[in-house]
Amino acid sequence: MHRRTLLASAALLPFGARVVSAAPPPETITPALIEAARKEGKVSYYTAMDLSVAEPMARTFEAKFPGITVRVERSGAERVFQRIGMEYQSKIYNCDVANSSDAAHFLPWKRQGWLAPFVTVDMAENVPAEQRDPDGTYVNQRTHLSTIAYNTSLVKPEDAPKGFADLLDPKYAGKMVKGHPGYSGTIMTATQQIVQVLGWGYFEKLAKQKVLQVQSATEPPKKIEAGERAIAVDGSDYLFWMAKERGAPIQVVHAVEGTPMISNPMAVFKAAPNPNAARLLVAWIMSAEGQQFIVDLSGQYPANKLVKAKAGRPALASIKTLPEDAAAVEKQADEIKLKYAKFFKV
Amino acid sequence: MKRTFDLSRPVLIAVAALLAVMIVLPVGWLVVYAFSSKEGGASLGNFATLFTDPTFVDPLITTLIIAVSVSLLCCAIAAPLGWLVARTDMPLARSVRTLVMASLVTPPFVGAIAWEMLAAPNSGLLNQLWRSLTGMPADEALLDIYSLEGLIFVIACYTFPYVFILVANALDRMPGELEDASSMLGAKTWDTARRITVPLALPTLLAGALVAFLQAMNLFGSPAILAIPAGFHTLTTRIWSLFQFPPKPELAAAASLPLLVLTVLLLRAQAMALGRRGYAVLGGKYGEPRLIKLGALKWPAAGLALLVLAMPLFLPYAALFNSAFSRVASRVISFETATLHNFRFTFFELSSTMPALKNTFLLATSTATVGALLALLIAYIVARKAVAGHRVLGFLATAPLAIPGIVLGVGLFLAYTRPPLTLYGTLWILLIAFVTIELPAAYQQLSSAFHAVHPELEEAGRMLGASRLRTLADITAPLLRSAVIATWCFIFVAVIRELSAAVILFTSDTKVLSVLIFDLKESGDVGAIAVLSLVMVAITTVVVAAANRLGGTRTAGRLHARAAG
Repeated sequence: MHRRTLLASAALLPFGARVVSAAPPPETITPALIEAARKEGKVSYYTAMDLSVAEPMARTFEAKFPGITVRVERSGAERVFQRIGMEYQSKIYNCDVANSSDAAHFLPWKRQGWLAPFVTVDMAENVPAEQRDPDGTYVNQRTHLSTIAYNTSLVKPEDAPKGFADLLDPKYAGKMVKGHPGYSGTIMTATQQIVQVLGWGYFEKLAKQKVLQVQSATEPPKKIEAGERAIAVDGSDYLFWMAKERGAPIQVVHAVEGTPMISNPMAVFKAAPNPNAARLLVAWIMSAEGQQFIVDLSGQYPANKLVKAKAGRPALASIKTLPEDAAAVEKQADEIKLKYAKFFKV
Repeated sequence: MKRTFDLSRPVLIAVAALLAVMIVLPVGWLVVYAFSSKEGGASLGNFATLFTDPTFVDPLITTLIIAVSVSLLCCAIAAPLGWLVARTDMPLARSVRTLVMASLVTPPFVGAIAWEMLAAPNSGLLNQLWRSLTGMPADEALLDIYSLEGLIFVIACYTFPYVFILVANALDRMPGELEDASSMLGAKTWDTARRITVPLALPTLLAGALVAFLQAMNLFGSPAILAIPAGFHTLTTRIWSLFQFPPKPELAAAASLPLLVLTVLLLRAQAMALGRRGYAVLGGKYGEPRLIKLGALKWPAAGLALLVLAMPLFLPYAALFNSAFSRVASRVISFETATLHNFRFTFFELSSTMPALKNTFLLATSTATVGALLALLIAYIVARKAVAGHRVLGFLATAPLAIPGIVLGVGLFLAYTRPPLTLYGTLWILLIAFVTIELPAAYQQLSSAFHAVHPELEEAGRMLGASRLRTLADITAPLLRSAVIATWCFIFVAVIRELSAAVILFTSDTKVLSVLIFDLKESGDVGAIAVLSLVMVAITTVVVAAANRLGGTRTAGRLHARAAG
């Protein structure tokens, strides 16, 4: 215990975080917080995570803290951003906790002063500094990848694509499915990263491959599992893995050009109608227990260093990933949506 | 002279004002926004964009192609089917009629999702069946639902019942004497059909074609589900996409106006087409129409009718049922593989299910009650010419017919996200939207019912000193009981299946079932969709059946064609 505190201050001091940051002192889950949260009795959790993970996580939290119901409000990250924006414009404050697969969303939210700083000891000590806001307004909940994948009963391994450039091969025309950056934060983030490496020319050519256009990054895994298309151009990797572990004929491909990496920050809103339940939910999700739950169920990469990645999944460090740049995504988001709609027509 | 104070004038003024606000406010804001630039100044820029930018021109053209094709397809199916049911001795005619009406209970977007399960090129159950029968390779497909043709087919599946009802009802009413005269003068059966029946039915068919055109043009759900994966937009999905971040309400308003103008024009055309029908029913009492004997063709005809019904009804429900019990929608279940996983997920894990069910039920009940009462009041005032100016009310009550759901959604969003009435985010805005959308049909049903109640009963009440409202409550309303219940029921069903306005107006706290299904569609959770769709249809069926018992009328038969879903 003592050692951990020491380590934490040692980790923080070189960055001078204690001195310049507006972050509040780290908190723990106290009986007082639980009691206050129970009085509120409910919490709304806006997220882009697939329902097959988000809802069981919510039910587990409810079992751990009886008397508090979690309402999961799931949609694509871009849609979540739009809904919160529209609600705030009309002074409707429904959102307690937001969790997005587009890290860029937290920049305007923080600038507009919509986020309430909240730091737990778990975050301060066990989440790497680059995965959290120095002012304590948001923290990465987990990391996942947007990967290529294929249905092995429809594509033989030797015929499978090795990277993005391969997907332009005419032999894959009409066989691919892909998510939409106007809906999904995973796809928005991935599109920005791929454009940096391959330019828009790649997407212009890809659009001519008769790609089945779905919305969410959570849908390509479901579409190739159903056999509707042989290859997923993109999609949340944890869902490919979960399907594969369930026995579905799915193989994940880490593109030779590099795989887009997506962090999933989470924040408590200042105008949250249930501020205590909101903080309790965030504190629990960031605790070793909450993080372990996400890892056990979905195998996404935890933000909390105390939690090991899921056995059987490739180590994050072993994968060639593309650099994530939230500030650039924020600047380029509108352009990405316009260009994408121009090439893909929707 | 001492008189009981009569409330009718204030009531008239209040109702007129209410209707005016309900319609003028959203349409007014729509027009204001359409002619505003992003910065707020007056501008025609939105229309310049609308008619030059290919991302608007293409959807506009696509929408027109869809509307024309659906309209033709519907007539080609509904006219012969209506004739078979109303004018021939085809077996199962009554069941066919009931089933066509039952298919109207299916929300068009649920139908579209079910057809995706059936006819997606690779995983579609029908394509799998075809491949296993013909031995074709895995990437060959018989049907591709993700295409313009696929979309036209699916919209037609859930639009032809409207045309069918119009045609079948018209054929029911058509006097048998004219046909008798024809055959007495020596014409053969088929000549009579060709030279008498068809021309008499033609105005109705034309009206039906216009209804189908409007329906297809203003539909949001089916194109959102099938067109976007196929890589194209219709005008309604394009308008909806303008609400994505950053929202462009000015452009959305401008893009809504062509739908509004076209709808108004087509409704005028429809009124004219139906108006000409008058000559067929002039004066006197007519005999029952004669049924044509089909002879050996009897059973093939019935088979054909059932085949038509398989498209909106048997096949989609089989697919939904299969998905509800299957882990992966593309797999056909057996006793060994059937699972309750989707039911467990929908009812015990998915946290939006119960709030959405509650909101939907609350809204359907309150909209049905408010809408039926409002329609009753207006129909009364108009039918009994209770006050000078009653015609205005009739016009206002039918005017919303001209406002497509998504356009009304945009208009209400613009009108109620600002003071003095910031209703966005509450169930009230949805209530207003639904009442506005359902009022025309409710009004038309009740006003025709009023014509069946003789005014002398009311006059007796009035002479004995009761006020108009008292008379209405004590005498007229009980006599109209079955019509009112039928109307209530009709609104209830229509609200449950409404998506196009709700998808613009909902917030996380006011999500309804149709929007929840749409959300789940976007993340590809078809198992939960199948469960929720079956629940939705079960609720609707129970309510309709219960109301039919209470009211003793055939509710579904009164369904009035209007753009929905």
